Parts: sequence; structure tokens; C-alpha cells
Amino acid sequence: MKQNSPLERLYNGVIKENPTFVLMLGMCPTLAVTTSAINGLGMGLSTCAVLMMSNLLISLLRKFIPDRVRMPAYIVVVASFVTVVDLLMQAYFRSLYSALGLYIPLIVVNCIILGRAESYASKNPPLASFFDGLGMGLGFTAALTIIGLVREFLGAGELFGLKVMPEAFEPISIMIMAPGAFFVLAVLTALQNKFKAPSATNKGDKFCSGNCAGCMDKTCNIPERRDEK
Amino acid sequence: MNFLSTLFIGIISAALVNNVVLSRFLGLCPFLGVSKKTSTALGMGTAVIAVITLSSAITYVIDHLILRDRLVYLRTIIFILIIAALVQTVEIILKKKIPSLYKALGVYLPLITTNCAVLGVAIDSAQKNYSFAETMIYSVGTAVGFLIAIVLMSGIRERIENNDIPESFKGMPIVLVTAGLMAIAFFGFKGTIA
Repeated sequence: MKQNSPLERLYNGVIKENPTFVLMLGMCPTLAVTTSAINGLGMGLSTCAVLMMSNLLISLLRKFIPDRVRMPAYIVVVASFVTVVDLLMQAYFRSLYSALGLYIPLIVVNCIILGRAESYASKNPPLASFFDGLGMGLGFTAALTIIGLVREFLGAGELFGLKVMPEAFEPISIMIMAPGAFFVLAVLTALQNKFKAPSATNKGDKFCSGNCAGCMDKTCNIPERRDEK
Repeated sequence: MNFLSTLFIGIISAALVNNVVLSRFLGLCPFLGVSKKTSTALGMGTAVIAVITLSSAITYVIDHLILRDRLVYLRTIIFILIIAALVQTVEIILKKKIPSLYKALGVYLPLITTNCAVLGVAIDSAQKNYSFAETMIYSVGTAVGFLIAIVLMSGIRERIENNDIPESFKGMPIVLVTAGLMAIAFFGFKGTIA
């Protein structure tokens, strides 16, 4: 596939550099809202919308934003789109909005978005950046939906709110509570390690193992380095 | 209820019962990323306490003076800008005035802007219409809860470092399992406050 073509970007975001499973970014919403598949899907799609639009705008503005103030500029762009999504959801998706609650405004600090702005959109043309955002967003959505499905299935015996298990099935309700989130993600990443799929956990330093700051290459690993002295 | 017991219950509830990392999933990235050593975890936790306390005081004032009545929809943008600016300012001031403290906390400061616990606390207390005292109790309690969680986590990680872990659970998975077990332990605090 041609580098930076729309299709290559989609493949890259969903499979090759999946933000959740491979890069281990944006852990907070991943664990917090995946109590059901619907919530995971909703969160994923709202993040995807913000990511596409912010990537597109930042890419269009990349020649105008001075290098020294780029971070605040990106934050303003991202925060504006988050506000748009927040208001739209408040108006049209009341139940989802109240289920996701605080995590909608917190999309601003989702490091996938700032990470893509810094590492991709600020260097590439608008169309490629747009599809990069779409790919990453869809990858994030897929990951959240999968985690949500597993947790909902084990914790409530349901899939997308539909009862699929027989009455005799005793739901493991801890799976939809806080500890279950950690366990499900732990098992999913362990499976990934088992089958040697590329991920932040077995690729060494490249992705700063789950550290949000890894989005901004310069701050990466600073604490560790300081300790060695 | 007198002030002292409100203060005590507020801090306990924010720090232990509704622990910011283990039951509300805020600030997970530093919790997983900077918890390899107790010393770094302690530094990160302290820096987070300072930033959360300062930022919620400032966002409270701005929210009540400017945003509350007409500009509620600007909350997210203004708050994140305040936090980013605050972190920068604190960094510059520390570097100039208290170099020793800067040496200890400096490296963690840039990482804090992306810590969603900071923005989360500010937005949450604004949405819940907390008074100034309540906001401060809530934010200090939350920050202390973060410190407790990250220090405990780093202690456990130092221990499991040399243990015999199944090949596929090495690295992130075992850390996540540990966090899950800690979350179960913190469930034990649920009954303490009626």
C-alpha cells in the first residue's frame, strides 16, 4: 500500500498502530466507560469525531502555527471540537451523554488526540491527516467496543443490551465494576503478548510502555533517565 | 455537623472511598507509566497534589467570576488553558526561585498537563456546584488519593520485578492485574462512610 494514502492510514490506525492495544494510549476512557458495549462504542465514536476534525484543522494550520506555541494552539483546537461534540451529545443523545458524563469533556486530555496532532497532523497534508484521524479513531472505537463486549458479556450476560445467556448463568458482576476493567485489559494484552502481536509491552522503548507522555517524544522516559544518574 | 468532621469525611471519601485512580479511572497514564520506582512515584504524587490544589482554586475563582452565568460552554477550553498555563508558570517560578524543589519535581510537571485527574477534578467540582471550601476539600482529597495509589503501586511493582511471572503476563498485563487487585482492596472502604 502506498505510504500516506487514505487506505494505508486506515489500516495503520485500526490494525498496525491500534491506539489502545498497540500504543497503549488513552487508558482512562478505555477503562472507565467500557462497562457496556454501547458506552464503549459511543465514547469511541465521539473521540473519533474529535480526532478527525482536529487532525484536519491542525494540518490545515500547520504552516501558520508558530513552533513555540504549538502545544497551546493544538489544545485550543482540540478543546473547541470537544465542546462541539459535548453540546451535540447533550442535545441529541441524552442517555449516552449521562452515561459517559465527565469523560466527554475529558476527551481533551486524551493523549491519542494530542499525540496524533504532534506526531502526524503537524507534518502531513490535510487529506492524509484526516484519514489518519479516522483510522486512529476507528481503531480506538473497535478496541473500546471489544472491551465493552467482553465486560458486558461476563458481567451481565448481555451483548449490546440484549440478553444472550440463559437464566442459569450467574453474571460475574465484578467485571462491570472497576476491578473488572483492569482484569479484562490485562488478559487482552497478555493474549497479545502470547501471540506475539506487536504492542507497547513487547516492543521495548519505542512506545514508552503505557506512559501518556510518550505522545510527546521529548518528555518520554525523562523520569527513568533522571534516576540513573 | 461541625467543620472538622466535614473536612475529615470529605478527605477520606475523596482519597479512599472514591479513589481517583482505582475507582474513577482518572490519571491512569501516570499511574501506569511513572510507577516503576517508589522515589519517582513519590515525586509525581507530590507534584500532582500541588498542581491539583492550585488549579482547582484558580478554576473555581474564574468559573464563579466569569463563566458561571453566561459562558458555561467555554468551561472545557478555559479550564484546560488555565491548567496548561499554570503548569508552565509553576515550572518557571520553581526553576528561578526554588531550584532544589524544581530538581525534585521539575521533570514531572510537563507530564501533568495531560493528567486527566487535574481537569477532571476542576470540571467535576464546577458541574456539581461545590462551594469554595468543598472544592478545596474534594481536590486535596483526590490528590492525596492519587499519591496513595501511585506509591502503593510502585512498592508492589518493585517487589514483583524479580518474581517469576508467566512469559505473556510480563510487563503491562501483570501491572494491570495488580491494579485490579488494588481496586478490589479499595472496595473495602466503600462501607466506611454512610
